Amino acid sequence: MTTIELRGVSRWYGNVVAVNDITMSMGPGVTGLLGPNGAGKTTILHMMAGFLMPSRGEVTVAGHSTWRNPGMFRQVAVVPDRDSVYAFLTGKDFVEASARLHGLPDPEAAARRAIGLLAMEYAQDRKISTYSKGMRQRIKVAAALVHDPEVVLLDEPFNGMDPRQRLHMMDLLHAQGDQGRVIVFSSHILEEVERLSGIIQVIVGGRLAASGDFRAIRRLMTNRPHVFLVRSSDDRALGAALIGRPAVNAVELTSNGLQVRASDYGTFTREIASITRDHGIRLTQVQPSDESLESVFTYLLAA
Amino acid sequence: MIMTDTQNHEGAGQPMPGPLRGTLNGVIMRLTLRATMSRRRAILFALPAIILIGISALLKAKAHGTAWPPEVLSILGYLILALTALIVGGSVLGAEMDDGSILHLLATPVSRRTIVLSKYVVAVGLTAVFAAIPVYLAGVIATGASSHLAIGLFVGALAGAVIYNALFLLLTAVFSPGPALAIGLLYILVWENLLASLVPGVGLLSAEHYSLAVANSIAHNSQLHANVNFGTGVGMGAAVTVLALAYAVVSLSGFNVKGDLA
Repeated sequence: MTTIELRGVSRWYGNVVAVNDITMSMGPGVTGLLGPNGAGKTTILHMMAGFLMPSRGEVTVAGHSTWRNPGMFRQVAVVPDRDSVYAFLTGKDFVEASARLHGLPDPEAAARRAIGLLAMEYAQDRKISTYSKGMRQRIKVAAALVHDPEVVLLDEPFNGMDPRQRLHMMDLLHAQGDQGRVIVFSSHILEEVERLSGIIQVIVGGRLAASGDFRAIRRLMTNRPHVFLVRSSDDRALGAALIGRPAVNAVELTSNGLQVRASDYGTFTREIASITRDHGIRLTQVQPSDESLESVFTYLLAA
Repeated sequence: MIMTDTQNHEGAGQPMPGPLRGTLNGVIMRLTLRATMSRRRAILFALPAIILIGISALLKAKAHGTAWPPEVLSILGYLILALTALIVGGSVLGAEMDDGSILHLLATPVSRRTIVLSKYVVAVGLTAVFAAIPVYLAGVIATGASSHLAIGLFVGALAGAVIYNALFLLLTAVFSPGPALAIGLLYILVWENLLASLVPGVGLLSAEHYSLAVANSIAHNSQLHANVNFGTGVGMGAAVTVLALAYAVVSLSGFNVKGDLA
């Protein structure tokens, strides 16, 4: 079984630490690297791909170091985030070139199969310079999958894709993972990771903040105290009613409305509707004030 | 740190196949050629060559005496040779490093030696087309098709294409494209064209003088001022070429993608 292992991996640029002492292991299936922009996800993927030497520690694929090891690309595929492809080639030529560079015996057939996987037949004879960003992403993935790799590393693969393309790509990566391949992708969007992967590695500030089953981590996220900004026709009366509820820990009356600290996300959001109805108050706004991904990460890091 | 359902996979440890070997790779050569020439560089490359040929034709028509061809062709022609090699040798690798498409090449099992040599051969070929052949044509216009001067300068320019491109490919692999261009320009203008004419010993480390030594072995023209003899020129030129290419391979094998801290 092929696995990717990081053991005590750090990477720094001068005085800036981009990745700090990460140890993790990724096996068959889809693993999401989740973290805000600048967290170190791309640096980690680059080290997995052998594009960057770890300053400390070791990265291995199937037990072999990824650094200075071009032979590993017979089994490993990389889809970089950068929108840089040979734009003067047609999509088909680009994927075929990739097949030939991998030394495949029948590059045309391999390219046909890969282009078919990504449903890019309709645009394969057009120059890549005419492609949209989403199409470029897909042709890059087709070129990467052309040699049927065991390990696929994708850096922000859904960037620039429309919702339909995104769903198609998710289905494809799911299927690849179900077939026993090691699929690792990075994303800063929680929903993408939630839909696609069972296992996540949460990276914050270059450190591994959480690791494991997505649902378990999600539960930890949703069970934590939540802060909401609530506006209504009578904030003071609503505040008095809310503080009597067990799901509410604190209420503060501010010039922008009520700041409510709820101990239980689910219960609070269910109860607030009935409370306002019972007291004849008209609710105009319920906004989670700390739902940004960063605050979730901050919480995870502190846990 | 939160850990749930931690996986503990062991690396299977199967033998990892080595890289794809082979001296040259046709796909890389074709991609390099198209990437280099598709940037509308063909006109840029052809312009100095056209100027050189034009000046030769003009001097042939207007100038008196036979003293000018070796001076003009060796100084102006070989300056164009060096500058063409700087741009071509720098861009066969540098253009892809600049826009990041080099990652598509590096994510293949092709050995880094094959990548460097394939790009190098394309650079030498383009320099021959845009600098060595124009030097020959200018020589033919000046002194006739069968003149030793034209043939000598042509063979010397071919040797120059071989040496310069190895040097400039190395500079790009080590310093990245921008700084490599600046260093290469300083080398050509200051080291070779200023210092080498003032300090004879500098010619011992000058691709231009190696090329002139080769040219002079055929042309036997006292106005071709090579500061080294033929043996030294060929020996040093070969050594510089081999060492530069070998180190370029080592450098590309340890290529670290430029780090944005994302």
